[in-house]
Amino acid sequence: MNLTLKIWRQKNASDKGKMVDYKISDISEHMSFLEMMDVLNEQIINLGDEPVAFDHDCREGICGMCSMYINGEAHGPDRGVTTCQLHMRSFKDGDTITIEPFRAAAFPVIKDLVVDRSSFERIQQSGGYISVNTSGNTQDANAIPISKEAADKAMDAATCIGCGACVATCKNSSAMLFVGAKVSQYALLPQGQVEATDRVLNMVAQMDAEGFGNCTNTGACEVECPKGISLENIARMNTEFLKASLKG
Amino acid sequence: MALDSKVPKGPLKDKWTDYKNHIDLVNPANKRNIDVIVVGTGLAGGSASATLAELGYNVKAFAYQDSPRRAHSIAAQGGINAAKNYQGDGDSFYRLFYDTVKGGDYRSREANVYRLAQVSANIIDQCVAQGVPFARDYGGLLDNRSFGGVLVSRTFYAKGQTGQQLLLGAYSAMNRQIARGKIEMFNRHEMLDVVKVGGKARGIIARNLVTGEIERHSAHAVVIASGGYGNVYFLSTNAMGSNATAAWKIHKKGAYFANPCYTQIHPTCIPRSGDYQSKLTLMSESLRNDGRIWVPKSMDDVMAIREGRKKPTDLSEDERDYYLERRYPAFGNLVPRDVASRAAKERCDAGYGVNATGEAVYLDFKSAISRYGKEQAKLQHITNPSEAKVYELGQAIVEAKYGNLFQMYEKIVDENPYKTPMMIYPATHYTMGGVWVDYNLMTTVDGLYCIGEANFSDHGANRLGASALMQGLADGYFVLPYTIGDYLSNDIRTGKISTETPEFTAAENEVKERIDFFINNKGEHSVDYYHKKLGKIMWEKCGMARNEQGLKEAMAEIKALREDFWKNVTVPGDANEMNPELEKAGRVADFLELGELFAKDALNRNESCGGHFREESVELDGLQKGEAKRNDEEYAYVSAWEYKGEPADAVLHKEELEFNDIELKQRSYK
Repeated sequence: MNLTLKIWRQKNASDKGKMVDYKISDISEHMSFLEMMDVLNEQIINLGDEPVAFDHDCREGICGMCSMYINGEAHGPDRGVTTCQLHMRSFKDGDTITIEPFRAAAFPVIKDLVVDRSSFERIQQSGGYISVNTSGNTQDANAIPISKEAADKAMDAATCIGCGACVATCKNSSAMLFVGAKVSQYALLPQGQVEATDRVLNMVAQMDAEGFGNCTNTGACEVECPKGISLENIARMNTEFLKASLKG
Repeated sequence: MALDSKVPKGPLKDKWTDYKNHIDLVNPANKRNIDVIVVGTGLAGGSASATLAELGYNVKAFAYQDSPRRAHSIAAQGGINAAKNYQGDGDSFYRLFYDTVKGGDYRSREANVYRLAQVSANIIDQCVAQGVPFARDYGGLLDNRSFGGVLVSRTFYAKGQTGQQLLLGAYSAMNRQIARGKIEMFNRHEMLDVVKVGGKARGIIARNLVTGEIERHSAHAVVIASGGYGNVYFLSTNAMGSNATAAWKIHKKGAYFANPCYTQIHPTCIPRSGDYQSKLTLMSESLRNDGRIWVPKSMDDVMAIREGRKKPTDLSEDERDYYLERRYPAFGNLVPRDVASRAAKERCDAGYGVNATGEAVYLDFKSAISRYGKEQAKLQHITNPSEAKVYELGQAIVEAKYGNLFQMYEKIVDENPYKTPMMIYPATHYTMGGVWVDYNLMTTVDGLYCIGEANFSDHGANRLGASALMQGLADGYFVLPYTIGDYLSNDIRTGKISTETPEFTAAENEVKERIDFFINNKGEHSVDYYHKKLGKIMWEKCGMARNEQGLKEAMAEIKALREDFWKNVTVPGDANEMNPELEKAGRVADFLELGELFAKDALNRNESCGGHFREESVELDGLQKGEAKRNDEEYAYVSAWEYKGEPADAVLHKEELEFNDIELKQRSYK
């Protein structure tokens, strides 16, 4: 198929940036979206120009790097996928595709489609862990029985890949689905209880400090989340936060 | 230099304990004055960084991604082994040790593997304590499944995302130390050289991938945990950025490179579909627990399927050749990866491949769905369930076990694997070769360590499933923290290492010159052009099957390609900014050297061993007729290559492998 791509080009963080049009032809419907970008970049290099910078790594839908905003949706039109899992069969011959970086004040652009998501790192450093010594002197794993239901729910929350689609898609640039998933994983497990109060207070405080907006229950984050992280996690975080605030 | 493995004396089962009892320790107050650099933050590097910081050392950790959580360990699917014997099915340290040494085709170091088996049980305890949500049974206890090459259920898992959960566990432990200021984290940084002072590793040169700035970092010891080099094939299951640069740079500075030709070809990947393809996607080996592998018995059916006249579901049981069950009745679909890969290649080479390229076999869940469905119907007291009901109940069970893998397959191939069998074909996955290390995980350079996939020691010529995660975490959490302390105990009076020395200046200049060359060369071909050409040579001549003539050709072709690269490569953009093409150029330059050493090593090893099938070395008769033939008399050694300029000039050093606790015998899975 033949396509027109409108891509955000921005040389660096201080550059103003603009949309640039590219024509591309002979794209197979079996290609992944990122393979299409590879073909485009090869074409740009052969013309002597600078290729489009974009984050990507595992190309198996799990590393969470490929943060593209395609035709106004995080990771494009397909549901439940990252950009690397989006295939060109989701588009038609002659389509115009708009490709932008994830937009949020807390995710500044580094170059072209690459954004800085280190705010997510700082949120996790503020309390997204269990304080256990890594020496290997812990108790036997089966000494902490966990109901299958709790383990499965914790796992559902823990599958968050930290890609930032929830933030990019939220009209308030809220990070509450991400933080909710992190808080939930530990809140659902017995190991996480000792620090539960400090954890949720610290993580929420850091989330606010990073400049993410608030949740107004629109639910777009859940729709766009490639891993199907549910809004239930935001509710659980709010409950945990309320409990912690009353204690504190 | 003679290779000294430094394996402690004494009985196998006591070696590690005795060793730990006798090493020198560093006083906690002194640890505060010691710096350690860790390059790579996957399972090995992440767990090592967290633990070294926990012990009190100052850690500087480097990752090329924007977060340690994105290291490619995150993509590991199936599980992690541990000799817990929770199932009471006969598991023990010895059995895990035995399976691993046998599975590795007797080319790993006994003492290392036994230690790995011993600490495996601690890993599970550690991860559970950190909040890793492993699968549980209805009684609240940990669940297990089995993997290729073993007859017990010792694999712990978190759906099909075990690597992700283990990595997030290590990452959370890192975050705790980053918050305390004990780990200084350098995201989006790439190590481009190691710096040696007085024969010891004392630092690295790194490039800030955002600003392009070249930085000097010093430390009392340097740990390389940079993963494997499967991307030397261009197409592999590795992440796009996975590279050999850190490992190759230390090789050029004196670290021997061991067994470069030992590559794992993983049997259950989604087949290649076109020339534009950038990578291959693995489907967890755990699928072989329930999936049966087959191709049609008759060539007519093969052609009918390829031409779309028949569907795989049209073929009855007796029209299908379940070739693994036929050839290996004892292990069936659960034979080790090398055996399953070779068997798939054998069927496809014989013309029985089921897709358009002739490079695919079926992985079929119909029997499992029907078996689970009938069991569920009984449990739910449904009498005379319809076939549709059985299917619905069975599908729900399969979905609970492997749902994300099925979804991933459907996204890529656009076919529903619950309804029609998956198509799979072998692909390059994990590299068992790597930097040579002794029992302490130290390379042939003082103070320079190498852990995880980047080193060579534990998997022999073939890695069994669910053992890579085990080795990464064992090295990082439980082995290196002891062994490095023994070395660092001599450094308590050294003080801060200066980066303003001639050694740092020289290394930095070398790095800068190379970058300047790339930016200014303005040749006519992109970096990917060379990478793809290299990959083609590697797959065709250094792939699943190799022979003398092909390997000699490969060496010559790679050398010629490398020379052309240095004349004609083009890298757009500038050095002092984010420049992904420049990053790739440096990595491909290193692959172009490593690839040639790979072929040289394969040429030297005139035996079939693990993932390395040498066409000249095959069993000619008996029960094992047609199977790979190992040659213990001549090749029971680790080949450790010393850098001497051109890869063709590398000098071979041999570490003879001794097997005192295990009998060397030809592997049989029949």
